[in-house]
Order: sequence, then structure tokens, then C-alpha cells
Amino acid sequence: MSDLTRLTIAEARDALAKKEFSAVDLTDAYLAAMEVHRDLNAYIIETPEKAREMAKASDERIASGKAGTLEGIPLGIKDLFATEGVHTQACSHILDGFKPAYESTVTSNLWRDGAVMLGKLNMDEFAMGSSNETSYYGPVKNPWKAKGDNKDLVPGGSSGGSAAAVAAHICAGATATDTGGSIRQPAAFTGTVGIKPTYGRCSRWGIVAFASSLDQAGPIARDVRDAAILLKSMASVDEKDTTSVDIPVPDYEAAIGKSVKGMKIGVPAEYRVDGMPEEIERLWQQGIAWLKDAGAEIVDISLPHTKYALPAYYIVAPAEASSNLARYDGVRYGLRIPGEDIVSMYENTRAEGFGKEVQRRIMIGTYVLSAGYYDAYYVKAQKVRTLIKRDFETVFAEGVDAILTPATPSAAFGVADQDMASDPVKMYLNDIFTVTVNMAGLPGIAVPAGLNDAGLPLGLQLIGKPFDEATLFQLSNVIEQQAGKFSAFD
Amino acid sequence: MSVDQATVRRIARLARIRISDNEVPKLEGELNRILDWIELLNEVDTDAVEPMTSVVETSMRQREDKVSDGGYPDRVTGNAPASDDNFFMVPKVVE
Repeated sequence: MSDLTRLTIAEARDALAKKEFSAVDLTDAYLAAMEVHRDLNAYIIETPEKAREMAKASDERIASGKAGTLEGIPLGIKDLFATEGVHTQACSHILDGFKPAYESTVTSNLWRDGAVMLGKLNMDEFAMGSSNETSYYGPVKNPWKAKGDNKDLVPGGSSGGSAAAVAAHICAGATATDTGGSIRQPAAFTGTVGIKPTYGRCSRWGIVAFASSLDQAGPIARDVRDAAILLKSMASVDEKDTTSVDIPVPDYEAAIGKSVKGMKIGVPAEYRVDGMPEEIERLWQQGIAWLKDAGAEIVDISLPHTKYALPAYYIVAPAEASSNLARYDGVRYGLRIPGEDIVSMYENTRAEGFGKEVQRRIMIGTYVLSAGYYDAYYVKAQKVRTLIKRDFETVFAEGVDAILTPATPSAAFGVADQDMASDPVKMYLNDIFTVTVNMAGLPGIAVPAGLNDAGLPLGLQLIGKPFDEATLFQLSNVIEQQAGKFSAFD
Repeated sequence: MSVDQATVRRIARLARIRISDNEVPKLEGELNRILDWIELLNEVDTDAVEPMTSVVETSMRQREDKVSDGGYPDRVTGNAPASDDNFFMVPKVVE
């Protein structure tokens, strides 16, 4: 790690403004670091020429006093975001060779504010996975390793490349997306901060769709302040996404450092699940103690439908995915495998182009939406979803400001873990604490809170009221201040 | 509810995914594992509950019904595996 790649976004921003170094210097430092850490497989494509060109333009804007809020900050972009003229494949073979003629709204916002693109980041295929192992481009290695053990660990998923790249200091921050936990679980596995904002806070336009009623973009960053800076730029109302919400984006950074005295923090009984490791329980208790010490009031709450969130998710998400992914038919873009007629062309293309997990989810979705099963599965799941949302509304109406839970049921596990590979449901259980938040459309942040006995990072999750991301930054900063920062390289 | 091998083949056909004969038993097992687990939802009484249609309380924004984008068929067809004169090319579908 060089002196320049060590800096947070806030530190680099201030140093660039004071002209301590140039944006080109900063980008070159990251490009050099990316080369050193290619073994992580975090980037699937590097865009050094584009990066230097953008950094040069940043230096010109800084010189002429026209710097944006992210001027010269080098970022990695999850492969799910459409980037004009640059590889965008959702890490799937079926989008073979796809280079969009347009830019996603979220990345457009980042470039408008002066950020620099370093390349596209690895991810689970179509964001379906919790270990980054379903990527067509192979798994990502977590830069963290257990003490005295050289085994490769997963960075979590689906935003595994984003989390690993941020933790390895090969980008200053990264874009990510979260449908059931895909920002928060990898953030927890890599000792980074990840926030999934309220549904509608960021435009979904130009983001490859997985489950449209659940997908949201958000940042992964090295600390809470950097996450706040990135979200401020990423969030916007957008004519091209009618589910994006027309509420002004607050200055999230301003919330950091404000007292949390008198805030009411809910601790839900239902998140104490069977077989939860003792280290997770200990971390949770530590988080409660820190917030109490900072003057917050801790209240026991009940979210009775918690245990139904994950099974309901595995109806809603595959159903929406089977519909969204119907567009990959070998006609308009990507891979085409010929067949004897058009139907066999579709079937051959989709068999070859989609990986096993994606095929499995399309088939589940197709089944639950098929004639005769729609009410029993899909309508039932949407009713359960109403109840899950109502659970949250009830506790917020009782004056709770935010909810504290563990982020994941374990620390990072090994690459090619046999237990997970043999049973798809075991892998799905990774999202047990995060998925409720997507089902209810709420904002949730994962913040590193400590290391386990093996020296691996563990995260806590804070869940907020709709569009109250500011409170999550305020509270997670308290945890960050108490827990300290964790680096994979110390 | 569970699926049998004939249902697995039917779903694959509906989903337009070619599966080989030896994949069918494995998929049958995996899909049933997931469907068994989803059965947990039957515990929940949802008789008087409305299904969710939108997670955020909002009314859909509307805009004037006019063309706001387009006019560049070459860019639209630019990523197609086969195109000719700004048309997508597919195998013959009518005799």
C-alpha cells in the first residue's frame, strides 16, 4: 500500500484541493496497486487509459477552480453498471462482448462530480450469490486471511469484487448493488463499510436488473465518512426510473460526529437465531454497549415475521429475475448459440450463457409464476412481505430511531466450501440478517465492529427509517470510533 | 408442493433453457430442496393481508406522452450477434 492509496476519500479530496499531489499521481498510484494485487481477481477489466484521461481532466478542473465533490477520486465500478463503451456483462457469459451505448445514472452522477474510473469489478453472475463464486470470471479472493492459515477466503457476494478492491486499497471506493444483502454481507466479510440506501434513493437506470422491486445501488468504502460522500453523489431522482424518489439528497457527511444522545435503538429478539456463533452474539452485545455509552437508549423490540423473510425472498427475487432475464435470448446482444430453429437457438444460448445458479433461480421463478402456482407462491410471498414491512413500521411508530443487528451469521468462509456447495439453501442463509431490509425497502448499513478469534472482520448492521440514511451514518460512526479501523494488511 | 422430473423438464422448456437428461435428477433434488424450505410460509396466516405492490408509499410519476429518446437504430443494434441494415437477424420463423 502506498502513501497515496492509504488515504481515505475525504483525505485525498482535501489533499487534492491543497494541490499536495495531482489527480494523475493518485490514479497512477492506484493503477500500480491494481497490478500488484491482480491475484485477487477483483477487477475483471482495468481501464488505465480512461482513468488517466479522466484524472488529467480532473487536474484541469482543480486548476481552474471548478473541482467537483469527488474530483480526481479513483473508483472501481461493479460490472452490473452500464459504462459507455466499456465491458458490462454482470459477470455473465450470456452478455459476451456487450459494450453499452449508454451510461448508468449512478455512474453518470459520479463522473459529473469528478470521479475517475479505474475499471470494472468482479461480482456473482447477475448479482446472484453470496460468495462471488458464481462469476463467469472466477472467484475473488478476500484480501483477509485467518491467523496462521493460508487458505483463500471468499469476499462475500454479490459485490465481492467491490468489497475486496476497497479492502485491498486498489480503489478509493466502489459502487455496489444490494438485492438481498449484496452490499452489506461482502462489506462485513472484508472489514469495509457498505450501505444499501432506501429503495428509490438511487436510480436503477442502466443497472442490469435482477429483482426490480428489491435492487438498490450503494457504495462500499473504507470508512463511514467515505460511504457518506459517495452516496451523496450516487443518489438522485431520475426521469428514467419512475421508482426513484423525488426527495432532496441531504449532506450525509454533516451527520457524522453529531451526538446520538437520546436516540432510541431497537434490538430485535428474532435476530438471535439458532446456532448463531458465540462471537457474533458477543459482537452484537459490544455494539449495544457502545451505543449505550454514547447516550443512546436501547430497547428490546420484536419483528415477528423475520424468519419468513428469506423464504419469501426466494420466491419474489427468482420470480422477478426469471422475468427480467427473459431478455437474454441471443437476439439483441451478447452470446448466440445457433440451433435448428429459433426456439432451440434460445434454449442453447441460455443453457450455455447462464451459469448453474442463475439457471436454478430462473427455473424457480418460472415455476412459482406458472399457471396454477402463482397464488400459492408469489401472491403468498407478497402478502408475507406486507407483514414484514408492517413489523418495521410498528417499531418505528413506537419511537425507535434505528435497529441494531449483526450483519452476517459468520465471518468469511473458504473458497469452494463443500458445505455451501452441496446445499443451495445453506448459501442463501448468509443473507438471513440483511434480506428483511430489502423486503421492506429500508436503508441498512454494515460497519466493521471487530475481529473474531481467527483475526477476521465482523460487521454490525444498522437499519433505518425510509430515507433516513443520515441517522445510519451518525450511528455507525459511533461504532467505528469505538471499534477502530481494520486493515487486511496490518 | 414438490416437482417431479416431468415438471423439471416442463419448467426448463418454459424458461427456454436446454437441459440434458442427466441434469434432470440433480435439478429435481435442488428445486425440491428450495421448494420444501419455502413451505415455511404456510405457517403464516395471510388471509386478511394485502399483497405488497410497492415497497415505498408513492404514486407513480407520470410524464407527457412524447418521444424523449431514440433515432439511432445503429446504436440500438450495435451489440447484436447478427444484424443487417439496422435490423436484428434471427433464424427463419415462418415457412
